[in-house]
Amino acid sequence: MCVTCGCDAEGSVTMHVPGQENNHDHSNGHSHSHSNAKTTLSVEQDILQQNNLLAERNKGYFDAKNILALNLVSSPGSGKTTLLEKTLTDLKEELTFSVIEGDQQTTNDADRIHATGTKVTQINTGKGCHLDAHMVLHALQGMKPVNDSVLFIENVGNLVCPAMFDLGEKERVVIISVTEGDDKPLKYPDMFYTSTVCVINKIDLLPYVPFSVDKVKENALKINRNLQIFEVSCTTGEGLNEWYSWLKSKVLAPDKV
Amino acid sequence: MHELSIVMSIIDIATKQMQGSNASEIEEIELEIGALSGVEENSFEFAWRQAVKNTPLQNALHVVNKIEGVATCLDCMIDFSVKNLYDACPVCGGHFLNIKKGKELKVKSIVVN
Repeated sequence: MCVTCGCDAEGSVTMHVPGQENNHDHSNGHSHSHSNAKTTLSVEQDILQQNNLLAERNKGYFDAKNILALNLVSSPGSGKTTLLEKTLTDLKEELTFSVIEGDQQTTNDADRIHATGTKVTQINTGKGCHLDAHMVLHALQGMKPVNDSVLFIENVGNLVCPAMFDLGEKERVVIISVTEGDDKPLKYPDMFYTSTVCVINKIDLLPYVPFSVDKVKENALKINRNLQIFEVSCTTGEGLNEWYSWLKSKVLAPDKV
Repeated sequence: MHELSIVMSIIDIATKQMQGSNASEIEEIELEIGALSGVEENSFEFAWRQAVKNTPLQNALHVVNKIEGVATCLDCMIDFSVKNLYDACPVCGGHFLNIKKGKELKVKSIVVN
């Protein structure tokens, strides 16, 4: 007898309640539906699973083509696009680049990158506060970056939301400028926790602002001891050589899986 | 407001599960959200109220199990509770930590009708 409804699966006794006709199929064991019954379904699924699966797909694409993908994150105005312009121009002869730009509105940043002669796609998220793996997947299908190249993905300027969304990148680079305050890593720990590299930008302005490089490094390393830190000024060029050397070393050394 | 994206993902997951079971409505959904997952409770609740309209989760009760943060100090190998990612080990004061709990972001189960 079915313990859920009292039906006899052998066929002699059946239960009928007027108005509550259940669709009973006892032909294969006890797999039958009770349309009026409550059922608890165990789901046990990561909420970000869909994004993470697409990120893995992007990662496979990058690995297969030996593309070094970097996700650039920061608050608005820290100098992400300027760092890109400098890098793309200075390393033009040595590396092949492509760029995906993420902003809520306008193609201003893509126009700036385009002016350097680099292949670029702009994603406008509308009201969205971050890029996700799906957007990057679509951008890749259109732009088809070449093998053995570097792909910069400039995320929406936001130190909170992009932290949660893996795009499939190899390195996540958080940029902080000295005009922002040296306690920023503590205020936005998730971004520093998930990043692999930290670029401290606008160091030429240090004489004019109450910003301690030691303090910001200490705070960032409290959250993420493995963070690799660069200090640069895109205006004077100070520190950029270290950043370039690191970038080149990453392209030339594909990951061993 | 990445909480809106989070809620939309939950609606997707729950709707697919419900459709697979031939049910028509979700009565209850159980979630696991860690204290260090980066989800802000108030924003989440706000996004939830707006996003579930006209979805199978419209009238569903949502139960959120909050998971407190727990880290292991990789120098002392002791476990302790953490509120922030930059908390120090209470024994050695170090920051070389492995977060064991608190990053959860999961749909545990749904009750369908």
